[in-house]
Amino acid sequence: MMGLPTLEQMQLQHAAAQVNALHAELIDDDRLEEWPDLFEENCRYSVISAENHNRSLNLAAVFCDSRGMLVDRIVSLRRANIFPAHSYRHILGPTRVKSTSGQIVTAQTNYVVLMTRNDGQTSIYNSGKYVDEIDVSGAAPRFLSKTAIFDTHLIDTMMVRPI
Amino acid sequence: MSIRQQTDAFDQAPSTAGCRVPYRVFTDRQYYDREQENIFKGNCWSFVGLEAEVPQAGDFKSTFVGETPVILTRDSDGSLHVVVNRCAHRGALVCREMRGNRASLECVYHQWAYDLKGDLIGVPFRRGLKGQGGMPGDFDMSQHNLRQLRTETVGGLVFASFSETVESCRDFLGPIVVEQIERIMCKPITVLGDQRQRIRGNWKLYAENTRDPYHASLLHLFHNTFGLYRSTQTGEALMDANKRHSLLYSIAASNDDAADKQAYGDSRTFDTEFKLQDMSLLKGRQEFADNVTLVILAVYPNLVLQQIQNTLAVRQTVTYGPDEFELVWTHFGYQDDDAEMQAIRLKQANLIGPAGLISMEDGEAVEIVQDAIVGEASATSYIAMGGGRAEDADHLVTEGAIIGFWDNYREMVGFDLEPA
Repeated sequence: MMGLPTLEQMQLQHAAAQVNALHAELIDDDRLEEWPDLFEENCRYSVISAENHNRSLNLAAVFCDSRGMLVDRIVSLRRANIFPAHSYRHILGPTRVKSTSGQIVTAQTNYVVLMTRNDGQTSIYNSGKYVDEIDVSGAAPRFLSKTAIFDTHLIDTMMVRPI
Repeated sequence: MSIRQQTDAFDQAPSTAGCRVPYRVFTDRQYYDREQENIFKGNCWSFVGLEAEVPQAGDFKSTFVGETPVILTRDSDGSLHVVVNRCAHRGALVCREMRGNRASLECVYHQWAYDLKGDLIGVPFRRGLKGQGGMPGDFDMSQHNLRQLRTETVGGLVFASFSETVESCRDFLGPIVVEQIERIMCKPITVLGDQRQRIRGNWKLYAENTRDPYHASLLHLFHNTFGLYRSTQTGEALMDANKRHSLLYSIAASNDDAADKQAYGDSRTFDTEFKLQDMSLLKGRQEFADNVTLVILAVYPNLVLQQIQNTLAVRQTVTYGPDEFELVWTHFGYQDDDAEMQAIRLKQANLIGPAGLISMEDGEAVEIVQDAIVGEASATSYIAMGGGRAEDADHLVTEGAIIGFWDNYREMVGFDLEPA
């Protein structure tokens, strides 16, 4: 029988959930320039289909292995890329801490991203789960790695915003 | 502006050169239906997959020719087969998985079973139960196989055809296409993964897009600003003898940044102020002795084989209807890639596919056309860059290969179907 969580477990769970909530908020509110700050300098961010992930294939839709690459994605979105106007709304499920190792927490969170385009219609754009490694040693928790493994392997037109 | 000055006005005086495509071919269901019959089920070879996707005996993959569901299988003797994914009994999907491995194909509805060639090998209760029921006495198993398509491979790419009369696949592709396939498929490959993209537009808009070296540096800032592709580069736009297929290639080493900047002037896509923090994205290797860094090989009717820097991929078009198609990207590398090369390919994959810093933009290019031509019965596009004829070019300022596509389309489908 599972006992009640310790205070430390609750704190870690809270920290993991909070940083995920902030991640979603920054994207949905189009505060994308602040989004890379949620990651360590030497981070990994990957958005990969379950179709590939479940076959142990590493090909991702988005794969960044530095915070600089995250910044580059945002600068490209703002200045380079051509895509249909749209916004996201993330709906997050509960974050569960799967394991801890020192100051690194491994956590998992289900998500749904709704997309609204210029025509005013909102659709389910992408659903999946985050598997995160979160560094809780600093003043604010930061992602050491964030992997969005998505079920929705048919991507609607394009993917330019972070998931 | 008067109607006469509009470039797409149907009553505009005809020019001697230039190709005009009526927008109704992108929106009218009649054209779509005729394409399924005359192109995808007609005298063409369609791409269905890579041999490397079905390496072992019993491996199968579900895919489509046009809109028709088919199964690619590898039989126990190693041979490849493509069959229509529809039970000969009452028409159910025989294979309901995307991929897998099986000794035989069995329909779940009444358990009719087929071997991997598509031949019927089992019908439950064929002779009835307890003397009752059963199939008629003259029931001949051999007359109820899955519909089997002609199947041929070129350089590890698998093609299938519904036609009994079409020439061999190699002849259909022609020497230029075969040579380009064999250039990229020069050694055993490893599939890195798939990406699937739904585009809300007509599939032929993408056929145009991939035969169009004119747009590539004007739509895609990454191509132009970072010199991955510019129309000023050394390159060519070539077609096969029948002008169905298109080869665009270019050599990035031919860039001259100062002269190119002058050529592009204030173009949005030549932005010397645009910088990346992490340039590792664009650090690749020279892989091919010919120094070619970009190949877009558009193979009629449903395939693109591409090399952009160190990304290698096939893109397969699956049609859903007049205003919707799916693009299936299958990325690959070579079996002898070292760890660094594998990392380069996975990182450069950020350039292509639905989230690709370059390729995402083609989805929008297709959709803004589809959105603008809704309901248009008579207006046409006007395609004339490079001279307005289906001619090869030893430069990249041309739309000739698009016209080659339309010349073939006009022959196989026509621009003037009678209104339903």
